[in-house]
Formats: sequence, C-alpha cells, structure tokens
Amino acid sequence: MDNQSLDSAAVLDAHGLSKQVSSPEGTLTILSDVSFSIRAGESVAVVGPSGAGKSTLLALLAGLDLPTAGHVILNGANLGELDEDGRARVRAESVGFVFQSFHLVPSLNALENVMLPLELAGSDDPRSASRAIIDKVGLGDRWSHYPAQLSGGEKQRVAIARAFATEPAVLFADEPTGNLDSQTGQNIMELMFELNKNSSTTLVLVTHDLSLAGRCDRMLSLDAGHLVSDSRAAA
Amino acid sequence: MKAIAFAVRSFGRELRSGEVVVLLAAVALAVAALTAVGFLTDRIGKAVARQANEVLAADLRLRSPDPIPDTWRDIAQEYELQTADTLIFPSVVFAGELSALTTVKAVSDTYPLRGSVRVSDTLFGEQRVVDDIPRRGEVWADGALLARVGADVGDELLVGEATMRVAAVLTYRPDQSIGFASLAPSILVNIEDIPATGLIGEGSRVGYALLVAGMDDAVEAFNTAIQDQLPESVRASNREESSERAYNAADRAQRFLSLTAIISLLLSAVAVAMSARRFAHRRMDTVALMKSLGATQGFVIAVAVLQLAMLGVIGIVAGSAIGYAAERLLSVILADLIAADLPGVGPMPVILAGGSALVLLVGFALPSLIQLRNTPPLRVLRHDAMPPAPSRLLVAGLSLAAVAALLYRSVGDARMLVILLGGVIVIAAALYLVGRLLVALLGRFRSGVGVAWRYGLANVARRGRASAVQVVAFGLGLTVLLLLTIVRTDLLEGWRQTIDEDAPNHFMINIQPGERESVAAIFENEGIAAPDFVPLVRARMKTINGEDVKEREYPTPDGEWMANREANLSFAAELSSTNEIVAGEWWPANYDGPPLVSVEEEALIETGLAIGDKLVWVVAGQELEVEIANSRRVNWDSFQPNFFMVMSPGALDNMPTTYISSLRIEKPHQPVLVTLVRSHPSISVIDIDAILQQVRGIIEKASLAVQAVFIFTLAAGIAVLFAAVQSTIDERRFESAMLRALGAPKRTVFSGVMAEFAALGVAAGVLASAGASILAAIIATRLFELPYEFNPTLWVAGLASGVIVVCASGFFAARGAINAAPVNVLRTA
Repeated sequence: MDNQSLDSAAVLDAHGLSKQVSSPEGTLTILSDVSFSIRAGESVAVVGPSGAGKSTLLALLAGLDLPTAGHVILNGANLGELDEDGRARVRAESVGFVFQSFHLVPSLNALENVMLPLELAGSDDPRSASRAIIDKVGLGDRWSHYPAQLSGGEKQRVAIARAFATEPAVLFADEPTGNLDSQTGQNIMELMFELNKNSSTTLVLVTHDLSLAGRCDRMLSLDAGHLVSDSRAAA
Repeated sequence: MKAIAFAVRSFGRELRSGEVVVLLAAVALAVAALTAVGFLTDRIGKAVARQANEVLAADLRLRSPDPIPDTWRDIAQEYELQTADTLIFPSVVFAGELSALTTVKAVSDTYPLRGSVRVSDTLFGEQRVVDDIPRRGEVWADGALLARVGADVGDELLVGEATMRVAAVLTYRPDQSIGFASLAPSILVNIEDIPATGLIGEGSRVGYALLVAGMDDAVEAFNTAIQDQLPESVRASNREESSERAYNAADRAQRFLSLTAIISLLLSAVAVAMSARRFAHRRMDTVALMKSLGATQGFVIAVAVLQLAMLGVIGIVAGSAIGYAAERLLSVILADLIAADLPGVGPMPVILAGGSALVLLVGFALPSLIQLRNTPPLRVLRHDAMPPAPSRLLVAGLSLAAVAALLYRSVGDARMLVILLGGVIVIAAALYLVGRLLVALLGRFRSGVGVAWRYGLANVARRGRASAVQVVAFGLGLTVLLLLTIVRTDLLEGWRQTIDEDAPNHFMINIQPGERESVAAIFENEGIAAPDFVPLVRARMKTINGEDVKEREYPTPDGEWMANREANLSFAAELSSTNEIVAGEWWPANYDGPPLVSVEEEALIETGLAIGDKLVWVVAGQELEVEIANSRRVNWDSFQPNFFMVMSPGALDNMPTTYISSLRIEKPHQPVLVTLVRSHPSISVIDIDAILQQVRGIIEKASLAVQAVFIFTLAAGIAVLFAAVQSTIDERRFESAMLRALGAPKRTVFSGVMAEFAALGVAAGVLASAGASILAAIIATRLFELPYEFNPTLWVAGLASGVIVVCASGFFAARGAINAAPVNVLRTA
C-alpha cells in the first residue's frame, strides 16, 4: 500500500487519476490529475457535460478500467496493484452497480438476476436474501418474470435490488434514470435514496441532472477531464 | 459449483430462446451423419463377412478325410455355435438304363449355416429359396445330371443301393465350387440316407466336413481351441482366406462412406465456428456484466466450457437419435443387401461420433468462447469495448488439429493424413477463391438492376467473405446431390446401354470340338443365330524367362495365385470386339510365325510380366514356349467369354480343346436349352440373367443409400447458411428497420433480402453444376470407361435447386429481421 495520507473513514480514495487513450488524431486526455476522497456512507454526485469524463471516472473508481496515472483505493484495496481477477473479487465483496441501460442477464429471471452477485460473492442462501430485497423494491409478485417481460422501470428496480443485494460498501450508479421517463425516473431515485439511507451504503451517482445531483451530500463537477469543483450540500 | 449452477440455469433459458439452435443443429448434424454412416458401415461390414462366409456355407469349415469326431461338435456346443455335417463323394447315379458320374453331397438338417439353397420345380424353371434340406428318400439334383440321365422331377434315381425320388432341381448351393474345374453335376441328399446307399465303406473317397457358425468372437475362440486337436490331414478354412477381394471392396466402400460423412462434418464445422462466434458475441454483454459484478476469468471460462459441454451432450444425443433413425431407414432400403438377421448395432458408432463432435466443438467453438474471458468489464459502460480478437494462430491451430484428428479416423495412417489434409486445405482454398470470384461477379450486375436487387447484390458483395463461404458450403452439398441423382441416372443409363439389349444371358461351357455344328443347328432350328464358339485349353505355366513360376517373386498375391493356378488359354486370329490393345501390337489374321500371347492388362501388371517375356506352358504334358506380344484391356461388363491369356493362331493346334460360348436367349426360347442339354449332356449351361439383375439392384440400392447419407451434407450446408444469416441478423434487423423508416414498403425490403439469397443461390448452383459436370466426366471416363455426354438438365437442376433451397432457408433464417417493427429496432439500437 502506498504511504499517502488517507482519510481514516475513506471508503474510496482517488489520487492523481489520469486517463489517456490513443486515437487516430493522437493521444487524447480524458481525465487529468483528479483526486478526491469519499467517506463511508456519503452520497456523491458526479456531474458535468457530455464528454467531461464522468463515465471514465466511474470505470476507474470501480476498477473496470485502469488509469494511465494515479491510483484508486477502494475499501482498503489498491486497485492498481491487483490483476483483473483481483479487482473482480474486490467488486464482488464491496461494489454494487446500477446502469443506465439496466444490464440484466436476459436468460435469467428477475430473482435469478438478483441472486447473481450473491452467488458470485459466495453467499450461503442467495435465494431467500434475494426474495427479501425483491419484495423491498416492490416486485415480489413478478420475481419469476424474465427481463423481456418487464417494463423499463421494473427492469431498473430489479437492477437496484441486485445492486443492494450484497450490501455493498459502495454503490455506483451511472445515469440510472437516463432511459426512463421522468415520473418513473423519479420513483426509481426515491427508491434508491431510501435504500441507500437504510443500508448506509456509499453512493456514487453519475448524472447530468442537477436536481438529482442536488439531493446528494456532495457534488463533484468535471469539465474536460478536470475536477472543477467539489461542493457539499448546504444541508 | 456456482459456475455449474449458473451455467445450467442460464443454458436452459438460452436453449428456449433459440439462440443456440444453429450451433446445436450443426453438432447434431455432424453426429447424425457420422452415426448413420458408422451404423451402416458396421452393417455392411458384417453383411459382407456373411456373404463371404456363404462360400463356405459357414463361418468356419473343418474338412477331414475321416469322419468328424463327436468331441469337435461338443467343443462347438460349448462355444454356443451352430454346427452342420456334410460329406461329399463321387458316385455313379442311374436312371433306368442311363447313368452319369455325380458328386453326392449329403448334409444334416441345419445345412447351410450361411447363405441358402435354391431349387426349381422344372429344368430352367423359376428358382426359389428353400430353408430345409431334402427329406429322407428324396434328392435335389443338378439340371445337368437330369439331362444326362434323361430324368425329370418326380422320377427315381438309383444312388448306390437306395432308390430315391427327384424332388426338385438343385440350382444353387452356397458352397458349390465355381469355375470350370468341377463340372461333375451334383445331387444333394439327406445325410440320414447315406447308410442305406451302402456307398461308404472301407477306403471310400469321402470328404467329411464340420460346418460351424455363430458370433464372431465365439467362432474365433473355437478355432483357437480346436487347433491342438486337429490332425495334420484336417483343413480349417475361414472367410479370411476365402474372400479377400470381397473384403477389399467392402473396405473401400466403407472408406468412401466415411469420407462423405467427413464432408458433412467439415461443413458442420464451418457452421459450428460461425454460430459459436455469434454465440460468444451475444454473450459478451452478459460476461462484461458478470465481471463488473465480480466474476473472475476462471468463472467465465468455466461457465463457457460447461455450456459448451451441455450443448455437446444434447447435440450428440439428438444427433445419435437422428443417425439411428436414418440407419433404420437405410436398412429398410438395403433390406435385400444386408442380411436381416444381423446382430444389433453396437454402441461404437455413437461413441465415435460423440468423440468426433467433442473434437469439433473444441476445435471450432472453444476459441471463440475462451476469448470471452478477455471481455473488458468496461463494456458495461462503453459498448464499443471489445475483447481482443482470438489469436489467429490459436484458431487455425486448433481447427486444423481438430480436422486432422477427425480425418485420422477415416484414413488411419499418418502419411495419407498429411496428403488428405493438404488436399482439404488446397480444395477449401480453391473453392473459397471460386466463391469470392462468383460473389465479385455478382457485384458487377448492381448498376443495371432495380432498388431491391441493388440492395441485395450490395449485401452479397459487402459480406464478401461470409457470402463466399455460404456459396461454397451450399455448392458442395448440391454438387453431391446432383452427382447422386442426375449423374447417377446418366451413368446407369450409359452402362445399361452398353450391356443391356443384347448382352448374353447364358454361358455354355465344355462344348467338344465335334459338337459345335450340332449345337449351332439346335439354335438355328429355333430361329436363333448360332453363337461364336471360343476355344479353351487348360494349361499350367511352368517358367517365366526360364525362371520357375514357383520360385519367382510377384508384385501382388493375386499375381502369384494367377501364375501358379491352372489357367484357361484361348487363341484367336482377330481381336475380340470387347478388347482393346493398350501396348504392343495384335498379330495379323494370317499369322503363322512362332507362338505369341496377348496378356490382359491387369494380369500383366499383377504378375510382373512385360512385353517380350518368354513363358513356357505345360499343356497335356507338352511344353509350349510363347512370347508376350501385347497387352489388352478387357471390357468384362460385356459378358462375352474373355481370357487373361490369348495365343496366336496355331499355337494351340492339336492340344485338347473344348469350346465355350455365350448367347442371349429370351424367355420364350428357353425350352431350347432343355433340348440342348438333353442332346448334349456334357455341356453345362449357366444362367447369368439373374446375376445381371442382382448387380443392377445392388447399384440402384447402394446409390440410394449413399444419397441418403449425402442429405446430411446438404443439411450441413443449410446449417452454414443459417449460421451466416444469424451472424448478420442484428445488422439486417437494423437495416430493414432503417429502410422501412425511410419509407420503403415491406415488400421492397423483402425483395431485397430475397434478391441477396437468390444471388447466393445462383452462385452456389453454378459451382455445384460445374463441380458435378467435371466429376461426372471424370467418373464416366476414368472409372466406368463410358462416353460422357454433357447433360444440360444438370445445370437447370443445379441452378433451380440452388435458388430454391437457398431462398427458402434464407427466408426462414431472416424472416424475423424483415418483420421486426422499425420502432422497436431503432429505439434499442
């Protein structure tokens, strides 16, 4: 582990993150020297215009991709020092995801989709734990339906149930309402914040909806790959 | 453990969703083709063995100059084998005043153990198969014997001291010797009657035999066990010695069938590779998601391999069932050719086909699936994040290794394998190039056609590589089907024309020189043209270029046998119309120089002789030296009397000569044969009509069976098409939706897609017609030596079936994409 100063309560620590990719036009810098620290239980919105580097930052924080420079410490583990399987194990233990396009496994029914991360983490009784959480998101009577038989809002509920099923230390949400109409989106966010509050999970929410971001404890603004502001809600 | 649970759970759903159907179908087809052929060759092999055993009327025959001791029968019983007793001896048989030398064959009631006896109720009457033996006091007698002693069915014969009634004319028994040597007519009697004849006593010349038959390994075990007990004088014969040639033919047939199965297998491999790539591609999102949720690479691979294994098992089970059903069907078609009482087929063909299917999956599907483990989890956020393409070396290496492993079973020798593998690669590359060329040609027509065709042809050209693969896969399937339908009919017709109408249907042998005129007169009286009489002199070769034939080395065992046996020589001034000189020159008609001989082409090669070699023959105690003047090719299908050795005129003067002849006698004229054998008892008449009909039946049925096997090849071609269409289905769905969103009516979109398949069908049809024409010409001229005639039907049928089959399968494969509602497609894109 690096000997940098760590916030004692930090669950997620980004230090000097940069990401460059090569393109036909030359090297492209997507993120440039981004550092911040997130404490356990905090809810943080990452905002910025399209192309600001929000999704890239999310990918680096969750260990889905590796930075060109800098490092991420997630729940005590330096992701840069782990191989792909090592990072996967960290995710299995400490991370939940909610995606814009739901990403349910089409060949599994709602309950089985929720069970999936529990099984990957080696849970003893994934079925009853999943039944409980699927009841919580209001789909208790539709657990046997396949993704193709569910509406967009219902799919996102299943995705949220799946994200909370493992009681992750950090929940990453990438534009979770992006594919939903505004009413459904609002309901989904209510559900997410409520579950977040009850389980004291750390929430990292990528969005370009400022009103949604305003409901978080803290807001990180990105522009052209730079962290331009880090503000806490007045409340 | 969790990998298994996940693999099983999601596999069931994927099966139901139809995603893996093509992959499954390809595996099942490969297995079906292999098992059907496996079962079939298994049966053919056993049938040929049985047929070969017919020559013995048993699986094993123990021949002894002394009565067979009971202990041998007891041992046979221990091995649960069937036995039959026979004895054979010469005797003079009387009918009133007339008598003739006869071979008496006495048999016990289980005779024959293999094959069956045929009799007729009148001389030259309709034959029928019987499954018993003559009753006590009855004989079944050769037609020739009855003619010689002037008896008929129902008359009595005196055999030794016993008077016996002729119950039927014996026309065939499985173990009768064939050839000119054993011409003494025979009678078949019940072995229980022998004591009453009083013919067997001290010093009688009797041959005793114990016939044994049963399961292969039991016969084998019995043969081993009995060896110690057999005295020097006992000869044990089994089929290996009795009919090596029949085995070679069956072996070739089996290899040919195996190779046809391999074609289906290779096409299936293409379909497997294509659909596995699609399967892997469709699963990429799921894999990325699972990795983002914490799944390790090991888990991903475990799931992929498990699902592949499940797929393999289902494919193997389904394929074996189809293969077994196909084999049942083929057995019905081939009922006459394959003995019905064969022991059931074993599990071996299924095991081998299953193994092959696993090799197929490992070689062609695994690389794509293994690659899934490298799917970046980032794909959950960025859909363009792809795993690196699998290493070409790995893909090529694995598939080549798989093909090699699969082919090895059919060729069974490393050198042949390398040659065959090289051949497969070269042919595949050549076909692919032809496919690309056809596809490129089609692209040229784009500017001159309407929008639907332009869209279709553009698609063919754009998917150039996939199009070429489809054209080749389909073209191959069609080629073999054309070969087996139209070309087969042409060839059979051609063959029929060469032999049918006036091919001789009877042989007459053992005509004495002085009988020629009276025989000719008998036919002329009936209004039948007198046949040609071909001289025949029995002789034995003594030396070749001064070297003793017994000490000489020969290129083949057949050659050695040919040089050492008693041969039939003939002489002629003119070359027979059914012969053709291939080397050297035929002698002038008035030749009277030193004796020359003309040798049949293959006999020359097999005995290692050359033009100019000097042969010394012994004929009736006199030596005769002849020089080889030329070699001849003989059309054996002509059913004319032909000889391996034909001497120049005068060479065999004053040697003991008989004549043989062949002629065609239609049914209404058959009584003339009765007149002939009654007035010339020493002449034997052989009916070859029945043989001809059998040959024709065998060809018809065998090609029907092969055709059925080739259906699998076409089905594999269809699987490739489905796999190819499926791999582009998302693209097609999107394009079709786009076109319709832009205002194209559904009909135009449909026409465009159909135009694409029609174009592919035309290309496949051209490939198939050309391929079938070339192969037909080669088969006709090289294999059957028939003139090849170009058949335009072939091209019409090839193109029509290409377009129809490709369009129909293409329609079924792509209809979902054409019919998809544009709004749904564009929204999810």
